[in-house]
Amino acid sequence: MDHPTAAAKFVANDTRAHWHDKALWFVREKRDRMAHGLPEWEILRETAAAIKSHTITHLADLLEQFEENATKLGATVHWARDGAEHNEIVHGLLRDHGVKKVVKSKSMLTEECHLNPFLERHGMEITDTDLGEWLVQLRQEAPSHIVLPAIHISKEEVGELFHDVLGTEAGNSDPQYLAEAARHALRQRFVEADAGLTGVNFAIAETGGIVVCTNEGNADLGTSLPKLHIASMGIEKIIPQAAHLGVFLRLLARSATGQPITTYSSHFHGPRPGGELHIVLVDNGRSDLIGSDEFRRSLSCIRCGACMNTCPVYRRSGGHSYGTTVPGPIGSILAPAQDAKAHHSLPFACSLCGSCTDVCPVKIDLHHQLLTWRKLIAVRGLVPLSKRLSMRLATAVFKRPWLFNLGGSIARWVTPKLPRFLIYNPLNAWGRQRELPEFPKESFRQAWEKRRSSSGGDGKDTSS
Amino acid sequence: MSSRDAILAAIRKHPLEQTPLPTLNQDWIQYPDRVAQFTTVIETVGGRCIPVSSEGEINSHLKELPQFASAIVRCSTVDGIGEPTLDAGSVAKPHDLLAVDFAVLRGEFCVAENGAVWITDEPTPHRALYFITQHLALVVPRSQIVSNLHEAYQRLAFEKPRFGAFLSGPSKTADIEQSLVIGAQGPRSHVVFLLDDGA
Repeated sequence: MDHPTAAAKFVANDTRAHWHDKALWFVREKRDRMAHGLPEWEILRETAAAIKSHTITHLADLLEQFEENATKLGATVHWARDGAEHNEIVHGLLRDHGVKKVVKSKSMLTEECHLNPFLERHGMEITDTDLGEWLVQLRQEAPSHIVLPAIHISKEEVGELFHDVLGTEAGNSDPQYLAEAARHALRQRFVEADAGLTGVNFAIAETGGIVVCTNEGNADLGTSLPKLHIASMGIEKIIPQAAHLGVFLRLLARSATGQPITTYSSHFHGPRPGGELHIVLVDNGRSDLIGSDEFRRSLSCIRCGACMNTCPVYRRSGGHSYGTTVPGPIGSILAPAQDAKAHHSLPFACSLCGSCTDVCPVKIDLHHQLLTWRKLIAVRGLVPLSKRLSMRLATAVFKRPWLFNLGGSIARWVTPKLPRFLIYNPLNAWGRQRELPEFPKESFRQAWEKRRSSSGGDGKDTSS
Repeated sequence: MSSRDAILAAIRKHPLEQTPLPTLNQDWIQYPDRVAQFTTVIETVGGRCIPVSSEGEINSHLKELPQFASAIVRCSTVDGIGEPTLDAGSVAKPHDLLAVDFAVLRGEFCVAENGAVWITDEPTPHRALYFITQHLALVVPRSQIVSNLHEAYQRLAFEKPRFGAFLSGPSKTADIEQSLVIGAQGPRSHVVFLLDDGA
C-alpha cells in the first residue's frame, strides 16, 4: 500500500488525526525549549555530526576495536549480515540456555529483523517491556513512532485492551490507573524471565561498553534479574570514545522528548558477576549505505524521533502510513535504500519544508536526501503512471509560454461557469478537501503589464 | 568467509576520505550555583533534592517521607541510615528483592545540567536494587557535583567489568496518550540527599 492510501485511513478519524498532530507538536515545542536553554546547542549538533562522520569513515576499524575491548571485558560479540542471521543467533543463544520466557526493552533493530514472531514460532514467550511497545505488541501492531510507539492509541482503547488482557475495570481509561496495572503485570514478567534482550543506543569502541537509555527503567530490570543479557545493535551505533557520550546524551533526550536526559542512561561494561552478555552486531544493508555519497549521512541517525515530531506530513498521517519499521523523514530515506520499489511513495510524503533538517541533532540533510530519492525513483521508473503523465503534461505546458498563457485564459473563462460536479470530479484529488479559490479576471502577467504602463516606468510602486 | 569478515570487507570496499574527530574542548555551560541548578532540574523530572548537613539529618528527613514511614521492607548500603530490615547482600537472587519498599543507596556524583546522579554496582551485590525498589533515596557528597555531562565523563574511566548509570528522577512513562505517569516499572519516587562533606 502506498503512503497516500494508508494515510487516508488515518485521517478518516478526524479527531484522532488532530489530536496526533497536536500531541507531537507539543513534544516538538518541549524540544525547542530544551534546545534554546543551552547556549552551546549548535556547537553540540556540529560536534555530534563531526563525530558521526568520523565514525562512518572509520567504521571497520572501530568495530574491530569494539569487539576486542568488549571481549576483554567478558562479553561475547556476534556478527550478523542480515535480519535472518541475527534472529538465528539470538534464538540459538536462548535455546542453548533453555530459555522459555524473554523480556525485551525497546529495540528498533529487533523490529527491523522481525525477531518477535521468529522467537514465538520457536515456542518462546517474549514480552516487550516498554509500556508503549507492550501496548502495540498486545494489539498485534507495529510501533507507529520510534520513541512514542503507541502515540496512535487512545486511552479509551488502552482501557478496553487492559480490561480484556489484565482484567482492569471496564470503562476505566485513567492513564494513572492503567499504567499501575501494567506496572504490576510487567514486574511479574521481569521476575519470571529467563533472559533479557535490549537494544543499544551507543557502543563505545574505546572501552567495549554499551549504553542503553530508557525512562521506565525496563532495560535495567530486564538485565539485572535474568543472568543472560543479549543486546542487538546496528553497526552504525558505534562511537569512538566514552567522552563522546557527553555530546550524544546531551542531545538525545532533549531532541526526543524535551527531557534534559533520559531517566536511566545505563552503561554496561561486560556481563554482571555470574551472568553473560552477548552483543550482536547487525549489518542488514548498512554497509551498502556507506558506499552511497548521497545517503551515507543517514547512518548518523541516533533515533531520537525529532524529525517525526516536527514533520507536517508525519504528524497528520501517522506512523503506520509509512509501512516501515522506522517511519517519518529518516524512515523515508532508509526504507527506499532497502527496497525502492516497495517504498517508492515515501520520499514524496514530504513537503520539502526542511523542518526535519533544522531539528536533527546530528545534522543529517534529511530533506535534501528525500529530494535525491525522488530523482532516483523517477530515473528508475518507479513513479506511478498518473504522476508520470501529469508531470509530462506539465513539462509540455511549461516549455511553451504561449500554451501556458492560452491554458490560463481558457481556465479563467471556463472554470467559473462549470457546474460543481465537473470541477470536483473524482480525478481532482486536490479538490477533495478544498474549495478552489475565486478565479481572477486577469492573469498576473496581464495585471503586471497594466500596472507598468499606468505608472509609466518599471512597475515599481512609488506611492508610499 | 565468516559473517564478521564479510561485514568488515563490505565496509572496507568503499574507500572513504577519513574525517578527523572534533575537539570536545568547548565553552560548555557552567552554573555558578550547581546545587541550585541540580535542585531545580531534578524537580522538573519528578525527583527531589534535599541538602543535609549530617547523616543524622537524613534519618529525620526520611521519617517525614510517607513512602518511608509506610515501607515494610527497607534496604540500605549507607551505614547508620535508613533503618534497614533486609541486607541486600544476604539474598541469593536479585529476584528476592521484589518486595523491597525503600532503598537508601550511595551515588557517586551529581550533574547539575540534567539532575542526574552517577551510580555503579560497586556498593551492592545486586544492581537490581536501584531499579526494583518501590522508592529510592540516594546519598551523594555535596562537593561531588559537576556542571555538565562533559565534566562528568572526564571523571569516569571504564577499565574493568562494571555497571554504571546516570539516574535522573523516578521511573516514568507517557505512553498512554502522553499523560505523564510517575512510577512506570521502577521506583515511584526518587530523592537525593546532598550530604555536606565540608569540602
